[in-house]
Amino acid sequence: MSGYLITIATIIAINAIVACGLNVIVGFAGQISLGHAAFFGIGAYTAALLATQAGLSFWAALPCVIAMSAFIGLLLGLPSLRVREDFLAITTIGINFIVEAVFNNFEFFGGALGIGGIPRVAFFDLKLRGTEFLYLCLFFLVGVMAVCWWLTRCWAGLACFALREEEAAAASVGISPVRFKLLAFVIGTGMAGLGGALYAHFMRFISASDFAFPLSVSLLSMVVVGGIGTLWGPILGAFIIGVLPEVFRPLTDYRILFYTMLLLLMIRFQPGGLLGENSAARRVFAKMLPGRKP
Amino acid sequence: MQLFLEQLLNGIATGSIYAMVTLGLALVYGIMRILHVAHAAVYTIGAYVGLLFFNLTGSLLLAVLGSMAVCALVGVSIERFVYFPLLKYPPFVPLIASIAILLSVEELCRLIAGPQILTFPAELPFPEFHVAGVTVTSTITAVYCITAAVLGLLWVITTKTELGLAMRAASQDMAVADAMGINSHLIVSLTFVIGSAIAAVAGILVGIYFNQVYPTMGAIPAYKTLALIVVGGLGSVPGAVVASMLLGMAETLLIGYANIPLPRDALAFIAMIGVLMWRSQGLLGSR
Repeated sequence: MSGYLITIATIIAINAIVACGLNVIVGFAGQISLGHAAFFGIGAYTAALLATQAGLSFWAALPCVIAMSAFIGLLLGLPSLRVREDFLAITTIGINFIVEAVFNNFEFFGGALGIGGIPRVAFFDLKLRGTEFLYLCLFFLVGVMAVCWWLTRCWAGLACFALREEEAAAASVGISPVRFKLLAFVIGTGMAGLGGALYAHFMRFISASDFAFPLSVSLLSMVVVGGIGTLWGPILGAFIIGVLPEVFRPLTDYRILFYTMLLLLMIRFQPGGLLGENSAARRVFAKMLPGRKP
Repeated sequence: MQLFLEQLLNGIATGSIYAMVTLGLALVYGIMRILHVAHAAVYTIGAYVGLLFFNLTGSLLLAVLGSMAVCALVGVSIERFVYFPLLKYPPFVPLIASIAILLSVEELCRLIAGPQILTFPAELPFPEFHVAGVTVTSTITAVYCITAAVLGLLWVITTKTELGLAMRAASQDMAVADAMGINSHLIVSLTFVIGSAIAAVAGILVGIYFNQVYPTMGAIPAYKTLALIVVGGLGSVPGAVVASMLLGMAETLLIGYANIPLPRDALAFIAMIGVLMWRSQGLLGSR
């Protein structure tokens, strides 16, 4: 594979990890979040600071990075207990703007200059680059998907589904909204932190604008376009949203317009996502496999 | 003291402009429960169309009227073709569609009019005042007068006319309003007409006030006005106006007098989260 393809594939894999995390919050627990890029950024900055200031290796820093993102996710998940859907959407937008402003304006985070000189990930003596790093990302993506799959089977995941469908009814059968909403936030933001660490060590230079609000929109678009609440939806979404701008590259100046218009059309005509219930793909599957409910 | 007064006047002017954009958003949220981010796209179109008509005809009045008409049409199209079919889906679906519209419009404006900042060389026909050594420029007078006129007109429409009654009925419960013989879809469309026409006026005012019209001029207002309708109480028009005025003044005065390490755009959101934690229904909202 050429370097160009490997770079795109790596970015898609990292985005897929982060989108899976967002899917846990939005798709599984039904809590809208438009500030997921903030946690991606918190993960990336923690990893970058631990690598450049504290001199920790990627592997030693990773648990701290995930714990840090999940902890801040827990703190910022607290508003979700207090405010309803639309309020939560706007609150999370606000969190994204504030986190970006903090990264951009405090000297500790490198200010407007960002953080550079982040070392490559080393696996024993081998420094991972190109294809090897892509394999590392895919390895973590499989791990994240395994956690998501397990969530759809285990009791905690089912409790989240119940909360998503009807909070009052779930609470009346003894499912604590506080506990499981926060659990979803912790798992989702932890995954974003993992993605952030990979991103920091892949780009080796990060700045606040990498984690601005438009990225949150892209991430939510990935989840919604792919199929919200499904296992494979975020992966498909990350692939589509990652590949489209590259496919449209020959259109040069009209590229972003085509991309945003296509996004609008997909949302408008397939609002449940490409793999969601009642989607065209599901109906085709249902026809091909008669007798099995889609 | 003089400086303080001038800052205060500027702050109120900024607040008035925020209020004009936020109004439409609050109206739309009140009736449809949709976070209409694309309202900022309508406002950008308003500024561009106003500038185009102004350059073609040389008359500011024609520019404003033409821009209001075009924006009303754009607003209704967004409602008919995008929002209405998506109403039965969770709220983030129309929200993403709305953000996609905003980004598409930004790109369209960039491709048609170019990425550079255009100037809006219009003179507003309003007098200049000198009171106690403070100069009130004609632009600021214009912003005050036009905002007051728009707010007054909107107040009359929503409280004194049958259309206002129907709008309030539809925002409380569309199904019941339908049962009472109100064509609530028509009312929703009219709400978009009113909100979008006000956005056109706001776009032209901003264009003249800062003498700048550019493709991404809607980007910051798009999200800041969301914070404002939350602080005001979702769907409450008076709340939105109060919140806009407070933010306009706070931004101008804080930047002038306090040394805050964060940019002013982050302040709106910090204030918003503070208000939400204190009164989760917003300043003037009802539970």
